[in-house]
Amino acid sequence: MKTPLKVIGQARRRVDGQAKVLGQTKFADDLVFTRMLHCRLLRSTQPHAVIKGIDASKALAMEGVKAVLTGADFPVSYGILPVSQDEFPLCREKVRMVGDPVAAVVATSEEIAIEAALLVRVDYEPLKTISDSLDALKNPEPRIHDYGDHGNVHKAVALEFGNVDAAIDGADRIFEDHFFFQGNTHLPLEQHAAVALMDTEGKLCLWSSTQTPHYVHRALAKALAIAPHLIRVVATPNGGGFGGKTDPFNHEIVVAKAAMLTGRPVKICLTREEVFYCHRGRHPVQMKFRTGVNKDGMITGMDLQTLLDGGAYGSYGVASTFYTGALQPVTYALPTYRFRGCRTFSNKPPSGPKRGHGTVQPRFGQEVQMDKIAVALGMDPAELRLKQLAPANSITANWMKISTSGLRRCIEEVVKRSGFHEKWGKLPKGRGVGLACSTYLTGAGLPIYWNDLPQTGVQLQFDRSGAVVAFCGATDCGQGSDDVLAATVAEVLGLTTRDVRLVTGDTGITPVDLGSYSSRVTLMMGHAAIQAAERAKALIGTAVSKKLEIPLDRIVFAGARVFDASDPAKGVSFQDAVILGEAMHGTLGTSGSYKPPPSPAKFKGGGVGPSPAYSFTAAVVEVEVDEATCFLDVKKVWIAHDIGQVMNPILARGQVEGSVYMGLGEALMEESTFRRLPANLSGALVHKYPSMLEYKSPTTLEMPEVDTVFIEDPDPNGPFGAKEVGQGPLLPMPPCVANAVYDAIGVRVDESPVTPEKIAKAVWEKDHGREARFGPKSFPVIEWPEASKVKTPAEGGDGTASNEKPRKSKLLASGFRLAPDSPGAKVEGVKS
Amino acid sequence: MKNGEQRIDITLNGDKTSVTFPGFKTLLEVLREELNLTGTKHGCELGECGACAVLVDGKPVLSCLMLAVEADGTKVTTVEGLANDARLHPLQEAFADCGAAQCGYCTPGFLCTAKALLDKKPHATRREIAEGLAGNICRCTGYIQIFEAVEQAAAKMEAGAKK
Amino acid sequence: MMRCPSFRYHAATSAADAASVLADVGPKAMVLAGGTDVVPNLKRRQFMPDVLVSLRKANDLRGVSIGSDGAATIGPCSTLADLALDPAIANWPGLARAIGSIASPLIRATATLGGNLCVDTRCNYYNQNHEWRQSISFCMKAPGPNGTAITEGKHGTCWVAPGSDRCWAVSSTDSGPMLMALGATVTLVSKKRGKREIPITALYHDDGMDYLKRAPDEIVTGIRVPAPKGAKSTYWKLRRRGSFDFPVLSVAASVRFAKSGEVEDARVVLGAVTSRPLEVQETALLLGKKLSDDAIEEFAEKASAHARPLDNTDFAAAWRRKTARAFLTGALKEIRGDDKATLGVLAQRVMQGASCLG
Repeated sequence: MKTPLKVIGQARRRVDGQAKVLGQTKFADDLVFTRMLHCRLLRSTQPHAVIKGIDASKALAMEGVKAVLTGADFPVSYGILPVSQDEFPLCREKVRMVGDPVAAVVATSEEIAIEAALLVRVDYEPLKTISDSLDALKNPEPRIHDYGDHGNVHKAVALEFGNVDAAIDGADRIFEDHFFFQGNTHLPLEQHAAVALMDTEGKLCLWSSTQTPHYVHRALAKALAIAPHLIRVVATPNGGGFGGKTDPFNHEIVVAKAAMLTGRPVKICLTREEVFYCHRGRHPVQMKFRTGVNKDGMITGMDLQTLLDGGAYGSYGVASTFYTGALQPVTYALPTYRFRGCRTFSNKPPSGPKRGHGTVQPRFGQEVQMDKIAVALGMDPAELRLKQLAPANSITANWMKISTSGLRRCIEEVVKRSGFHEKWGKLPKGRGVGLACSTYLTGAGLPIYWNDLPQTGVQLQFDRSGAVVAFCGATDCGQGSDDVLAATVAEVLGLTTRDVRLVTGDTGITPVDLGSYSSRVTLMMGHAAIQAAERAKALIGTAVSKKLEIPLDRIVFAGARVFDASDPAKGVSFQDAVILGEAMHGTLGTSGSYKPPPSPAKFKGGGVGPSPAYSFTAAVVEVEVDEATCFLDVKKVWIAHDIGQVMNPILARGQVEGSVYMGLGEALMEESTFRRLPANLSGALVHKYPSMLEYKSPTTLEMPEVDTVFIEDPDPNGPFGAKEVGQGPLLPMPPCVANAVYDAIGVRVDESPVTPEKIAKAVWEKDHGREARFGPKSFPVIEWPEASKVKTPAEGGDGTASNEKPRKSKLLASGFRLAPDSPGAKVEGVKS
Repeated sequence: MKNGEQRIDITLNGDKTSVTFPGFKTLLEVLREELNLTGTKHGCELGECGACAVLVDGKPVLSCLMLAVEADGTKVTTVEGLANDARLHPLQEAFADCGAAQCGYCTPGFLCTAKALLDKKPHATRREIAEGLAGNICRCTGYIQIFEAVEQAAAKMEAGAKK
Repeated sequence: MMRCPSFRYHAATSAADAASVLADVGPKAMVLAGGTDVVPNLKRRQFMPDVLVSLRKANDLRGVSIGSDGAATIGPCSTLADLALDPAIANWPGLARAIGSIASPLIRATATLGGNLCVDTRCNYYNQNHEWRQSISFCMKAPGPNGTAITEGKHGTCWVAPGSDRCWAVSSTDSGPMLMALGATVTLVSKKRGKREIPITALYHDDGMDYLKRAPDEIVTGIRVPAPKGAKSTYWKLRRRGSFDFPVLSVAASVRFAKSGEVEDARVVLGAVTSRPLEVQETALLLGKKLSDDAIEEFAEKASAHARPLDNTDFAAAWRRKTARAFLTGALKEIRGDDKATLGVLAQRVMQGASCLG
């Protein structure tokens, strides 16, 4: 019999809650060190230009200025993905966007650094600019980067599962739909900040608001050519991340170098405008869905093309590209499927991973197309979906392995609670409801650097005070990973979260965790924590068993005691149990780690999409559209999320409501837009409004009521059965809103955000007898590479592509090390 | 005082405080950089996010837009001054318990604004709470748990007052 | 962190003191009231005054009084939060709503009515950091250091309409249009020329740079709003969000009806469609008529032709233009007394007043 959970699933104050309400939490910019210097980056005012020269003499002459760094100080590139090492801490030969860092001024105060930066003179030779994906396809020259597939195409990929053309062409109906999802950004309240210093042992230490201290550690080692073990990166609590702090950033490397050069602590805190230039937000994506559907609504095949505007750098872009095609068959059982994705460069801040990484855009297209199919076939949108859900315990056409799925129950819940059947198509004009579903990963199955190492580790330390300290590299970016760690350890050891002290996100002290991205932390860290705690339980339990002469299998850890299950009075306090353990085994410490199960997807590109467990979400949104102006108001949201097992209901609901908020922001108003001035007058290409005021983020007054339901069907692959909740609930929001607008006034807006202007344009089209729609009408012709042809499981495939050479099974066995030719490698390198 | 420096005398979280600072600094900069009260946050420094809200003579004020020199003679309360000695303010209790603080970065600004709100309107409705907090952006919570926390605190404060 | 440049600071003790400093320092002095617009603009280096003349301690510039004639005299340094909740202002519901709609509750706590009346015109080529503006080689309204934008003997470019020789920054005051519709006047004081009282209509100039007829050495010392005499007023403001955002279109209206229900007097002002609040003359069409649907529609169609916004604020200009008609219609229907529920979603949005914090 399963013991009921005591901590997990119970509502409790998060472990870091008190510090946060007292203002005690130290965010990166709150750190102050003696003799600390301040850094300011001079950023490019040119969108695309060759750097002809930099004159920093006036800045250097200013009182209080200690150093001015330029690209010459940074010969080695870095980047988050091994295949896209295309960034330099400071630009060297050229700048690729307005906001690219060109020089760094280090001074005794920030105001001096600001004034001095204005004195640095940079001579640019402007180059022709590329403004978006279509522009990039049209203009292979000048190339923004000298790597990538060709011209300004960064990467194009093609995957084919089964005989998709025949399946689509043989269907009763073929639906061809074009969509555009606009780029938008994370806008965490905290602006990125970092402080670096050389510690008392002469080693480099960096505190930074990063979601991925491990990858920052790697980037510092590489870009500064320092042996990795001489570096320590501490992730300070993030004032919001949402994916915006998952890349290693130029400013982190710059202050590290500045600290090394000056021998003093150096801090940088970006302005809000600079945060817009860091970006790594949602890629703008053009999409074409070609879907075959039989009269009964069953999909025969789907052919999806996506075109991503990557901006100036690679970032996670190759992964983002694959993600735009990874999860379509994981929601609905698509018998055949083809996906082709292309990412281009442009002279704008780099796109990257934002909450729902790469899957939000095609989710919009897929769910709006489902709505169109339902309308065209005269079917109920919920029924159409319910009849072809990807089943639990199955492998999809694209070789993603689904363990549990609560999507059916999610749909049934939101349909019932919202009265969808009573409302859809039946509300008075101007009112409407829309339904959409989604799927998301609970952790990426494969790490960024392919190796055989665990993706996360937890170490526990016990001492005779009864104290338990948990060490883990995971980073709390507000989602509550610290609370999950404490709760998991407490649950296993029969303690409360207050009994567990945490040390997290510190690469100098804690075991590696790859970071807070891809909704991986609860599942992966959770497993590692359970393993470490179970090992501790075995050690301590043995000691108690021996001392009290209780058979080991009757030892119970509960209520801060260790006792005999048959005679609960017979036992010791947890502290005494630890003392017994320490006496028997010596100093007590255990560790646990986790690596996801192997994926059946063995074709090239199959590394993006697999996950130990998928979460599922269904939502209904009710809207009202003003007839005169097309102004749109969201009245209420009903959402059901298949979470497996709730860890802390307060935090879980916060993740859902926060996702709904962010999803509605993207659906209604948030967009990253750019301005090009008239070409005959200026070569400018600028972010239209890099500010909190003009980048519209919904306020308290735009937030509708949200009805949240959790479907708890524990997943065997999750710790205590838990699956993700931080990203999935965002996904249905944009298509829900677009579908509800159609139900309200009969026009389609096939482009995000769904603004009153676009609705009004679609109404105008309708009133003029044209298609009642706003959105792209075509998809550009792209020279796709030959698709990897993979037989589906139903066709008897084995997960490999028939036209691909078998992949090397040997993975890099090491963690991270310096290139053999780098100067630091001679000092200290790991022998391969 | 050096050229361009200013001095103010304020009552800061109950304590008489004098501070000298470069005259261009806003109250935000003086609190964080001269007085080491880093609990007050900044998300834009232009009045567009609400993270830096503090109470000046009981009114919620964006410290990023108030020149510090203008605070001379006032009573300033920051997030550090909300608790009564070791006892959390009911709003702090409720924010911690209700999930109103996720990343915690907007929290000090919300707490100060919410305190002014409840001081003025102890029985604020959900709608009034939303209107009163409409100058504070939170990117994590979707605001609902913040509303709930303010309501819970209001109820506790009322119960406390009746005792 | 964004930081202000250096300046000298003068805390004026009275209106006369402030006027005296303005006269002595000249155009390099700038008035600081609530600071909620000046401080961000300073931080972005949109202007760099030598001296800031603070009015915070000028106690003779605050407060509201209602005269025996029913007119209100408002001290320009009264905060928007105080005014929004002041029972005296409730006599002009449109004014209370306009004031309560400005920016956010936190800004209204310190921002002043005088500050909002004189608020700098806005443009999304102008309300940007120094570095951003450098990327577009600056603009006519804010040339760079050493006149960077001034090339070939011209003033620099207005990027909104590059062929134009004027600046098209948008009037972004909410109180201005409403006070114009209410027939308010403003008193200005200069050390040299003394006091003058002018209609608010005469305070503005249709030019994004030179948008105020206030002389650099003048300060606003009072705003007088005549008694409503039974007139009904309203204010409709278009913005993306219910808080923070400046108006990108507004309609301020004040209408007085005869006992028999015909319009006796009507003033309607459009805000945020050009560089000044724009009073529409088509109200003449309404005089002597009842506010029937037809009368309102005819008026709205003709009056909305004046709304010709450009692409330098939030929302597509074409849609803002289209919305002007709906707003003119809605505002008059509200004044006519239509049930709020019949006026649509947007109406419910625009009718939201100030928060309980003001």
